[in-house]
Amino acid sequence: MSALAAFPVLIITLMLQLAIISRLPLLHGTADLMLLVLVAWALQERVRTAWFWTLLGGVMVTLVSGLPFYMPVFGYLIATGVARLLRRQVWQTQLLAMFVTTFAATLIYHALSLAVLQIAGRGLPISDSLTLVTLPSALINLMLALPVYTLITDLAHWLYPAEIA
Amino acid sequence: MKTSGSQFFRTATIGIVVVGLVIFALSGYMQPLFRTAISPLVTVQTWLSTRFMAVYEFVTVPRDIASLRAQNQALESEVAGLQAQIIELEQQLREAQVLYALLDFARSSPASQYVAAAVIGRDPSPFLHYVIIDHGSDHGLRRGMPVITDQGLVGRIDALTATAARVQLVTDPGSTVNVRLQSTRTEAQITGSVTGEIELGLVSQDTPLLPGEIVLTSGLGGGYPADLLVGQVISVRSSGTDLFQSASVQSVVDFGSLQAVLVITNFRPVDITPLIPTNP
Repeated sequence: MSALAAFPVLIITLMLQLAIISRLPLLHGTADLMLLVLVAWALQERVRTAWFWTLLGGVMVTLVSGLPFYMPVFGYLIATGVARLLRRQVWQTQLLAMFVTTFAATLIYHALSLAVLQIAGRGLPISDSLTLVTLPSALINLMLALPVYTLITDLAHWLYPAEIA
Repeated sequence: MKTSGSQFFRTATIGIVVVGLVIFALSGYMQPLFRTAISPLVTVQTWLSTRFMAVYEFVTVPRDIASLRAQNQALESEVAGLQAQIIELEQQLREAQVLYALLDFARSSPASQYVAAAVIGRDPSPFLHYVIIDHGSDHGLRRGMPVITDQGLVGRIDALTATAARVQLVTDPGSTVNVRLQSTRTEAQITGSVTGEIELGLVSQDTPLLPGEIVLTSGLGGGYPADLLVGQVISVRSSGTDLFQSASVQSVVDFGSLQAVLVITNFRPVDITPLIPTNP
């Protein structure tokens, strides 16, 4: 059920990303809704399909993005890995873990994107990319982290109801 | 007998007086008298009516407020509906204006064949400047076809599916377009950047380059047709030690509010990669 739910949830997420979120920049940075959804999903305690969701989300983004095909999949897998790691470390404060993971995952994802694009021959100035793209993106991601986390938590509770002893 | 005679006389007198008064009244001679008599009555009637209406309104006020509230609510919902309709119509009007502009442009350049497409999304990565349009290979689009608006050059198709295509904008860091300066007909090159600014380069030092210079595609390299408007030079950077001058170019297209584009379908880009000499 949880695996099947990934399809509508991630498709809607991608559509929102392409049609709305990507058109609302702060300086030159934009939020990454897919990253937020995947991180929030990976932080849920009872969820067992985080890696599947990540692969699916990465493939979906790959289909529409101009980034090299492996980049979104690889970047989101790292983000999910960070989320799963932090979930175990700071399990008592999941919301804090969400913020920390969002910030870290944004930086890691953008660093990977920059590296991949540099290798692909696009001369992206690192300082401009950091100050005008990455940091504003991280800020918007942090702003959206709380509502996304709340929605995904509700979804997780709906798909994985708590067992009554 | 005397009593009945006097009673008849009294009745007759009253009848005559009454008939006389009626005749006087009908003939208008009693008007001043009536006016004088009625005036205080009207005043009293007015006072009474006003007081009654005041009491009546006081008693019926709660019912009126409830009905007014209901009416107000109905009107407010109607206003909200009309406002939504206005917004929808304004949106349709804007779309129609964009499409009319594209149509005018297509009519003014009959040599090219166009397919109009709507912009339905942007690349999720902020490092890239791509848009997604709602037409693909089923509509005759192919990779590399130039994409324009009525204002000027937008970019070219980078990838496509049957029903959608991804367009690389000229502002993308990976975009390079061969251009020509309109006044001097000097060949140059523009490249995009991560911030969406367009950089003009490869302009030799002896070429006069001033702000306001119009930049057009040159057609060199076979990637784009010639003479498509790209933008205008806004600032020039020239140093005596550099081989070339560079400048910032303001695109004529507002990429932030790109809604619809035209794809030139009868232009086939030429791949000159095999002709570029490689080091042995």
